Amino acid sequence: MQHTDYSAKVIDHFMNPRNMGELENANAVGTVGSPACGDMMDIYLEVEGDEIVDASFKTFGCTAAIANSSMMTEMVKGMSLADAENLKNRDIEEALDGLPPHKIHCSTLAADALHEAIKSYKERVASGAEEGEVAAS
Amino acid sequence: MAMTQTTAAPRRIYMDHAATARPLPEVVEAMVPYLSEEYGSPQSFHTQGSGPAHALKQAREQVGALIHAPATQITFTSGGIEANNLAVKGAALAAQRRGKHIVTTEVEHYAVHHSVKFLEKLGFETTFVGVDGYGRVDPQAVADAVRDDTVLVSVQLANQEVGTLQPVAEVARLVKAINKRIVVHADGTYAVGQIPVDVDALGVDLLSLTAHRFYGPKGAGALYARKGVRLTPLIHGGVQENGKRAGTENVPAIVGLGVAAERAAAEMEARMARVSGLRDRLERGLVERIENVQVNGHPTERLPGYLDISIEGIEGEGTLVRLDLDGIAVASGSACASMALKGSQVLHAIGVDEVLAQGSILITLGIDNTDADIDDALEEIPRVVETLRKMSPIYGKRKHYFR
Repeated sequence: MQHTDYSAKVIDHFMNPRNMGELENANAVGTVGSPACGDMMDIYLEVEGDEIVDASFKTFGCTAAIANSSMMTEMVKGMSLADAENLKNRDIEEALDGLPPHKIHCSTLAADALHEAIKSYKERVASGAEEGEVAAS
Repeated sequence: MAMTQTTAAPRRIYMDHAATARPLPEVVEAMVPYLSEEYGSPQSFHTQGSGPAHALKQAREQVGALIHAPATQITFTSGGIEANNLAVKGAALAAQRRGKHIVTTEVEHYAVHHSVKFLEKLGFETTFVGVDGYGRVDPQAVADAVRDDTVLVSVQLANQEVGTLQPVAEVARLVKAINKRIVVHADGTYAVGQIPVDVDALGVDLLSLTAHRFYGPKGAGALYARKGVRLTPLIHGGVQENGKRAGTENVPAIVGLGVAAERAAAEMEARMARVSGLRDRLERGLVERIENVQVNGHPTERLPGYLDISIEGIEGEGTLVRLDLDGIAVASGSACASMALKGSQVLHAIGVDEVLAQGSILITLGIDNTDADIDDALEEIPRVVETLRKMSPIYGKRKHYFR
């Protein structure tokens, strides 16, 4: 029992974060947040064709921010880019069995980082920089 | 799913005495009769009223003795917040025909700060005096802020967040030398019961205190008001507390306050030596074991149990929750650890780097902590910090500014 009102899933993902660390084969990365405001996240994605084959994160932030980062990376593995673009912070929050009301804003961090990484990846692909590497894998 | 071995819940180690403290057994024992057979109102003339009336009188003497004040100058309140509200609003409103200027500091508790802000809405003006890197106010700067229309100066005895002791006696001396009629208030809600306090040595007119921080119950506090200092009551409707605070007294809690005050006075030096000894060992140990940390507050002029530490690269709320799951209760000054989601004003005022401030934890020890608690904390805290730093995208990558 603890007083923090976090669900068992939030505590599980906070204490045993999945996919934590940098990803060696990442070809899509995103950074969002501001340390001065108390949270910041780096997301690493490995994209093959239209699919996210691997994902990882590093997060500076509270329990909710870290749990959201962990859950999000679990959710997007094997997901198409189109589906990942449609993933909402609400979806991650629901997968964690909800968040205390004053922590809901923390769930936007992970979704924002995901969308940021996909956006910058698509821009690079569009400019031709990533084509060879993606096709080869 | 595989069977998992269940482990016993970890031993709870309480290191958040700034929030509140466990009441002493003798405090609870003394309160019990006043929750049942001694239920009478102290204001009643009949027999049932006499026991509680006597108990109030005794508690007033016990509280007075703790701060070296006559019992007649002690007004009981519902706690430290109310005592501070009564001091600041009560003194300012009573003196408003003489002037409407207040001098206070940038690091006061919200009980004082928000009371002053409320008075500003009624036409008062305030000068907030800043503090140095240790959180200490310069008495001369307070004196320099005094104007012809200043009626109240309010400076805390000790800071609620970093534990720094303020030079209140010097503030009072300088202010009184300018104008004797200026009321000097000290918020003692974090200091009384922890360090020796003498209202005459301090030279203050008003002093607030609360029971639950020195092992008394919640729901009882007091305001010392020097003879002749005028206060406008905030709660109307009865003659209790000499008309300064209406409402049937919370006799059980006040009895508990009295006993806690008596024990604090009797054990003051032994408690200070033990608690500061534990704190010093914890502080040295953490600084040795964790790289890139900064201890906030004054190195020596600090409350005995206080250790506020900023840890680079991690965030305080997560640290707090992990330590809690390990059985250790601490507090944090990070934005995420506050319900209001605002970073610490105190750390900002003392100039702690704003990213570093997010990684601040406040450890406050008390008389119930043991050497074994310190051993466990010295093991757990560095372990939690190491784990969270591995997750952090900023640790070791960005330049922070340690003092």
